[in-house]
Amino acid sequence: MATAADRSFPPRLGWPARLAWLAFAIYFAYALSHLQVTPARVMAGLEFGYKFLVKLFPPDFQRWELLLKGLKESLEIAVLASVLGLLISLPVSLLAARNLMPAWVTWPARFLMVVCRSFHPVIIAILFVKAVGFGALAGILALTVASLGFLGKLFTEAIEEISLKQVEAVRATGAPFMSVIAYGVVPQVFSRFIGFASYELDSNLRNSTMVGIVGAGGIGGTLFAAFQRFDYDFVCAIILSIIALIIAGEILTNAVKKVFRA
Amino acid sequence: MRAGATVVDCEWQRYSAGERMARFMVYLVIVAAVVLSIRTVEVIPEFIIDAPEQLADLLKRMWPPDAASYPAEIHDALLDSIHIATVGTVLGVAMALPFGFLAARNVTPWPWLNWVARLVLISARSINTLVFALFFVAVFGPGALAGTLAIAFHSIGFVGRLFSEALEATSPGPIEALRAAGAPAASVISFGYWPQVVPAFWSLVLFRWDINVRESIVLGLVGAGGVGMALDNALNLFQWTRVAMILLSILAVVIAAEVAVTAIRKRII
Repeated sequence: MATAADRSFPPRLGWPARLAWLAFAIYFAYALSHLQVTPARVMAGLEFGYKFLVKLFPPDFQRWELLLKGLKESLEIAVLASVLGLLISLPVSLLAARNLMPAWVTWPARFLMVVCRSFHPVIIAILFVKAVGFGALAGILALTVASLGFLGKLFTEAIEEISLKQVEAVRATGAPFMSVIAYGVVPQVFSRFIGFASYELDSNLRNSTMVGIVGAGGIGGTLFAAFQRFDYDFVCAIILSIIALIIAGEILTNAVKKVFRA
Repeated sequence: MRAGATVVDCEWQRYSAGERMARFMVYLVIVAAVVLSIRTVEVIPEFIIDAPEQLADLLKRMWPPDAASYPAEIHDALLDSIHIATVGTVLGVAMALPFGFLAARNVTPWPWLNWVARLVLISARSINTLVFALFFVAVFGPGALAGTLAIAFHSIGFVGRLFSEALEATSPGPIEALRAAGAPAASVISFGYWPQVVPAFWSLVLFRWDINVRESIVLGLVGAGGVGMALDNALNLFQWTRVAMILLSILAVVIAAEVAVTAIRKRII
């Protein structure tokens, strides 16, 4: 029964919720104290930040050839990593789908995807830089691994939601395994896959502009170098072009999604 | 086509000519982009052939993980990363809420204000956490403060956008009822909009925290605090067994965070 007291806003909290909030507040205060924020530091930082912002403008596009070369490499890394990641995650997500495969197959596939997803692409990129040397190859491999983690998870979830009636119907005709996949499973998930893949291309584009910080190719290396040389007006030009590239990519992938109604 | 007319040679097709053309164009562009990328990207073929061997060598040098280094050098740094993620998320959400309200067209009826808020959200989303971290390290010096602010500023874009989308999806009925009763704007927000978006709000805060735990781990590479700094040190000193230990602890923390988020989400939503 609702009484007048129950209708107060915000709603009265029960004891467990109050304790949870209290615990969170104590933890938050403790974590804040770890940051060592002092008023003097904030004031100095604000002053420095203002000087910094002044130095950023106007952006300096004089070295546009270097800028364009970096952006092009980032774009190439994103495209190749997305395609490779897509090609690898299709079979892996089929193996991980619990409605199509036995448990002893799904667990290793799921574990592989969790590991790929747990590390930030930049950390994976460091390892690949150590393994295959500086350059775009390390970036492509790192983003491929990251794509496998995310696309694999999304694909698996999509496959697990399909209707098994159509799969059974195809199977009943005596179709071999590959035909069951091609005619029973793929048509049901195709448009969602397009949506996920274009989302992944988007996120790879963002990350491909960053893996250069650890030497894995793309505009990130140029950005990091400019930062370290205090070349702030060039930094501003790079950041503005990265934003433009990402927004252009987003518009493009939205157009693709509209074509496939995903 | 009239019944009884001459048989027309016509095949049923699922998509119209325009749709097929559009799809074909998408495929064409994808293939062209891939071919162009393969032809122009600067990759040394010997490195590709060599890659599996090099990777195996790297893994061999990483084994066994140096568990002894955990208490002294990894534990505190790892906790720092989690603090950075939590405080950053709270600050980011606090800054994102006003922009979320301003960007929602049904809450803020002035189009120019919507666009200003949207521009802020798009910019925050497009600038990577690492770029924010480079900026704040330059301003506040290396350390956890720079990392926390980087996480907070980048989170504004994500949280603000999804929050404004949740606001725009609310049902107008309760809001009209409140307005008709003469409720002031603050009451319309707290009794009309807020109860309708609470589940979406908590779900996206938890989701963002999960992402931020992963992001806070990399921040140390540019000097913004957390376990990334320990990782960077170990890498620069080629202490591969310690690198392996750090990676294993990161894996454990990230998986634990994901499990925690799933559990909390089930309980409160």
